[in-house]
Amino acid sequence: MTLLDVAGLRTEFATPTRAVAAVDGLSFQLRPGEILGLVGESGSGKTVACRSLLRLLPSRRARIAAGTVMFENRDLMRLSEAEMRVVRGRDIAMIFQNPASHLDPVFTVGDLIAEPLIWHFGESRRAARKRAVELLRQVGIPDPAGQIERYPHQFSGGMKQRVMIAAALACEPKILLADEPTTALDVTVQAQILRLLLDLRDRTGLAIVLVTHDIGVVAETCDSVVVLYSGRVMECGGTQDVLTRPRHPYTRGLLDSLPTTAARGAELPSISGYPPPLDRLPQGCRFHPRCRFAIDRCRREPIELETVDDGHASACVRWREVMEVGP
Amino acid sequence: MNDLLVDVRDLSVRYTLSRSFADLLRRKPGRELAAVDGAHLAIRKGEAVGLVGESGSGKSSLGRALLRLTPATGEVRFDGTDVLRQDRRSLLAYRKRAQMVFQDPLASLNPRFKVGEALAEVLRVHRLTRREEIPGRVAALLDTVGLDTEFADRRPRGLSGGQCQRVGIARALAVEPEFIIADEPVSALDLSIQAQILNLFLRLQREMQLTMLFISHDLGVVHHLCQRVAVMYLGRIVEEGPADEIFYHPKHPYTQSLVEAMPRVEFPKGRRELPRLEGEPPSPADKPPGCAFHPRCPHVMDACRQDPPPSIRRVGAAATACHLYPETEKA
Repeated sequence: MTLLDVAGLRTEFATPTRAVAAVDGLSFQLRPGEILGLVGESGSGKTVACRSLLRLLPSRRARIAAGTVMFENRDLMRLSEAEMRVVRGRDIAMIFQNPASHLDPVFTVGDLIAEPLIWHFGESRRAARKRAVELLRQVGIPDPAGQIERYPHQFSGGMKQRVMIAAALACEPKILLADEPTTALDVTVQAQILRLLLDLRDRTGLAIVLVTHDIGVVAETCDSVVVLYSGRVMECGGTQDVLTRPRHPYTRGLLDSLPTTAARGAELPSISGYPPPLDRLPQGCRFHPRCRFAIDRCRREPIELETVDDGHASACVRWREVMEVGP
Repeated sequence: MNDLLVDVRDLSVRYTLSRSFADLLRRKPGRELAAVDGAHLAIRKGEAVGLVGESGSGKSSLGRALLRLTPATGEVRFDGTDVLRQDRRSLLAYRKRAQMVFQDPLASLNPRFKVGEALAEVLRVHRLTRREEIPGRVAALLDTVGLDTEFADRRPRGLSGGQCQRVGIARALAVEPEFIIADEPVSALDLSIQAQILNLFLRLQREMQLTMLFISHDLGVVHHLCQRVAVMYLGRIVEEGPADEIFYHPKHPYTQSLVEAMPRVEFPKGRRELPRLEGEPPSPADKPPGCAFHPRCPHVMDACRQDPPPSIRRVGAAATACHLYPETEKA
């Protein structure tokens, strides 16, 4: 059963001269209880993709140029703004990298968590506050009843992230979009937040789209993964398939770049060059200028995703050779 | 040991916290915060030492104190001379031998200077190169860090993060230093660029026999680059030893949880249970009594709540400051 079906999503940004596509042809399916990783480096479009799903982009500059996002037999991209507001927070909720800038500092955490319940379900303030205490307990905040009158700035970074998760879960959404939720946290705290997300999934069947740049985080938490580069999907599939048998030179290059997989002090087989700016994307495959597998065809035409194995697809014409050549 | 280049003894860095308006009126003295609290660290010539810790552990303060970029007490002996007690002139001479690379390369480069000008300024200030030879030297520096000569005419704004960091490294190398302190130099970079910069550091170590203190929150990065690693928690060095020892056989419970918490790409995994370390590092302004790690420590004992941990001492191949390792263990 598919909960969310994204097909051919294309998000464009206006520049003074023309429109550039920050996300181009993104497709994936999300099942209930699945954790899907959207992984990529800065500028790969992972955050734009995530925000596009909820249409949370600045409407003056950004527009969804193509694609469908099917959720419960409706295409989210075609809903009115009023209909969309009902979906946001109730059916699909989102958490962000920096909780401090997404929690209104003038409200107590109790009010922040109660607000979506009052707005979406018309619950009484008293009932919503009671539920807020319960939610704070669920996300592992000690003494929840005593915390509810405190303000966001009185919490540590990890605790703020827990508060944001509690607020996101208030309406029991079916999908949680998590945009780099642990990037700003220390590694020991990151492990706690990841464990919390896994526990929530196990307990409630919540499906999660986890946006991250950290392949280690993907390996630890995600069931499936979509690898983005310059707005295009390079490779997607089950996490273990993609990370142990990468079929795209970019994925392979990222894995080779991890200092923990190389011998200590050995030169890392890094990817040469830099990602292209969005307004100067190369012809053909966007990765080809940095790719050591590139052939003429890669420079001429965009390479489409091709199924390489059950549920595993790669946008590389030479996917068969990717693992056969040494670093 | 005569091949010791940097010998840090009992180094402390204290900051005075800003007072609230009410406290100002009451003329209450500002409270002090010990960002670094009695640290000892020895770095041999040609060695790369990693300094690991979470935010607020004092690792950056320690690094800055070594270059006297922040006031400190204790001793920092560089090649036998105490840096903390040097006058201005010998300090300038010291900074010709020791340099720093910062985390945010864009913020640490003057936006008005072209890359070439920024590098030329270093050469001029330290009177290292004759005027007519400066352009050639700038080109050579850019080449060392893997940048094309045309970058000399670009301004920092037009560069990517990785390119900026290469300029930051070139600027540090301009004085041909013996010792480089790199403070989170790859933390702001994407993985593929991080690997390029790590390779550059490895090459510099190999080819120039640079001595390095590499500060990072990422144990994996530090382990890859450094021969020895020191781990800091709330201002104290809690464990120190050979990189492999710290990475594979950590002794201090904090190091153990740090290693455990590292997200890994390892398959097949029975979805290894993510570690259960509770809590977060407290504020350095409000350290717990006894061992600062005790509220989070899975092995906490009564002694840890009351007495500060013993001073750092050898346990196997490494050294640690923890009540778990009480008496002298044979090395």
